[in-house]
Amino acid sequence: MAGPGGDMQWCFSQVKGAIDDDVAEADIISTVEFNHTGELLATGDKGGRVVIFQQEVENKNLPQFRSEYNVYSTFQSHEPEFDYLKSLEIEEKINKIRWLPQKNAAQFLLSTNDKTIKLWKISERDKRPEGYNLKEEDGRYRDPNTITALRVPVLIPMDLMVEASPRRVFSNAHTYHINSVSVNSDDETYLSADDLRINLWNLEITDRSFNIVDIKPANMEELTEVITAAEFHPHQCNTFVYSSSKGTIRLCDMRASALCDKHSKLFEEPENPSNRSFFSEIISSISDVKFSHNGRYLMTRDYLSVKIWDLNMENRPVETYQVHEYLRNKLCSLYENDCIFDKFECCWNGNDSVVMTGSYNNFFRMFERGQRRDATLEASRENSKPLQVLKPRKVCTGGKRKKDEISVDSLDFNKKILHTAWHPQDNIIAVATTNNLYIFQDKVN
Amino acid sequence: MSEDNDETQTAEETPVEEETESQDKVISPEKAEEAKLKARYPNLGHKPGGSDLLRKRLQKGQKYFDSGDYNMAKAKIKNKQLPTAAPEKTEITGDHIPTPQDLPQRKPSLVASKLAG
Repeated sequence: MAGPGGDMQWCFSQVKGAIDDDVAEADIISTVEFNHTGELLATGDKGGRVVIFQQEVENKNLPQFRSEYNVYSTFQSHEPEFDYLKSLEIEEKINKIRWLPQKNAAQFLLSTNDKTIKLWKISERDKRPEGYNLKEEDGRYRDPNTITALRVPVLIPMDLMVEASPRRVFSNAHTYHINSVSVNSDDETYLSADDLRINLWNLEITDRSFNIVDIKPANMEELTEVITAAEFHPHQCNTFVYSSSKGTIRLCDMRASALCDKHSKLFEEPENPSNRSFFSEIISSISDVKFSHNGRYLMTRDYLSVKIWDLNMENRPVETYQVHEYLRNKLCSLYENDCIFDKFECCWNGNDSVVMTGSYNNFFRMFERGQRRDATLEASRENSKPLQVLKPRKVCTGGKRKKDEISVDSLDFNKKILHTAWHPQDNIIAVATTNNLYIFQDKVN
Repeated sequence: MSEDNDETQTAEETPVEEETESQDKVISPEKAEEAKLKARYPNLGHKPGGSDLLRKRLQKGQKYFDSGDYNMAKAKIKNKQLPTAAPEKTEITGDHIPTPQDLPQRKPSLVASKLAG
C-alpha cells in the first residue's frame, strides 16, 4: 500500500452525479456501501432511491482502470409516508444499506428508512424464451386448433436486464427512528436499531421480531442517552455492539439472556471533569461504530475524533486520531448552525491497517495505523482529471497562511463528507459529497 | 423547553476571557466557546445533553395540521390575514398554528437519481 516512496497516493477515477450547484433535496446521498466482494457499490439518497454501480469486468486486469464503476441498477426503495395516528411524517430517506453475502446468482441487500426495512433482490436476466406453442412472439394467443406440430421453446440471449424486487418488508417494529441495520454472520438474522431499542429479525420472517435492547426509561423525563449505532461482530454471531450519545459503547452477548439490557463490556474513556464544558457531551456522542474486519478492534467516530478500541480493553481506546481538532475553537458557531450534530461515518480498509472518515469543505481524512501517518484529501471537481493524483490539503490554524493552505474560517461547512466506503479487498474508495459520488483508487506505478 | 437557539436577539459583546483573573490556568478552547454561547443565549438550559435535546431529536418529523386550530386562528385574526409561518421555522410549537402552506408537499420522487444519469 505505501509505495517505496512512503505515503500512499490516491488518484481520481470517477465522479457520479449532477454538476450544478443547485442541489435538490432528494439527491442528497445518505448512505454508501460496497458489497462483500467490492464488485457492487450501492448508494441511497434522501429521495428514497437506491443506485447500484458495478465494477467494470473488462478492466479488472488493467490496474489503473480497475476502479471504473457503471450503473447496474436503480430503483425506488422507499416512499414518503404519513402516520396519521401520530401525526408523524416518515421520510423516505435511506438511512442505511447493508449487503447480504452472495449465496446464489442473485444479490440481496437490506435498505432502511426511519421506520421500515426492506430486503431487495437484484437479479440478472440475459435470456428469454422464444418459440412458445400457444403464444405468438408478440404475445397474442394462438388458436389451439391451428396447431399441428409441437416445438420446444428455446432460450435466446437478450440484452442484460437487471431487476430489483422487494422480497421482504419488515415494518411496524420501531417507534423511534432507525439508525442502523447489521446482518449477522449466521446469514439468518439481522438487527435493526433505533434511538431507544434494538430488534433482532430473521431474514425470512417479517411479522415478528425480538427486542434485544431497550433503553427507554419508564419516565421519559429521565432520558439521558440514546442509541446512535449498532453492529454485529463480523464472526461471532452472538456478539453485537451499540454506541450511545454519551460516548459509550456496549458489547452484548446474546447467549447471556434474551434481553441484552445488561452489557457484557462497556467501553468508555474516562473524562477529566475539569475539562467538562457545555459541549462535552454533544461532541462525545458517537456517530458511527464499526468492527474491524478481523473482529479484534472497534472503531468509533465522535465529532472531533476517531478512536480505535481493543475489544479486550474497556477503559480507554488504544488509538485516537484527531480529525479536525481546529474546530474545537469554533464550537459555539457550530452549535448555532447545528453542524455540531452532523453524523460522520468511518470505515476500515480491507486489512484493517488504514481508517477513513469525512470532514467539512469536502475534505476527508485517512489514518494509517501502523505508520502513524495521516492524510487530508479533497473530493472536488477541480481535481477530477482521469488518474489525477490528489494533492494533500492542509488547514491553517495559526496566523500565517501558507500558499495552498486554507484557513479555518474559509472552510465551507455546507460541504460535508458524511459517508465514505472502502472496497473490501482493494484500494478503491467511494466518497460521497452532498450529491456527488467520487471514486478514487491508489496510484499505480 | 428551554432551548433558545432559535432566538434572534443579537449578542451583547461581552468580552470572552482567554485567561482567568485569579488562577494561572488557561481556559480551554471549549470553555471559551461555552462562554461565548452563554453570552449570546443567557437563558440556555444547564442540562445541554439532557432530556430536552434528546426529546427534540426523538420527535423529529412531527408535523400536524389541525383544521380546528387553524379555523379558530383564522376567526380570531382581525385584519383577515391568514396565519402564516415565519420563514425558516421548522419547529412547530406553542402559538404557531401550522397552515396548509407550511406543510411541504409529500410526493415520492418520480425522477430517477442523477447518479444514474
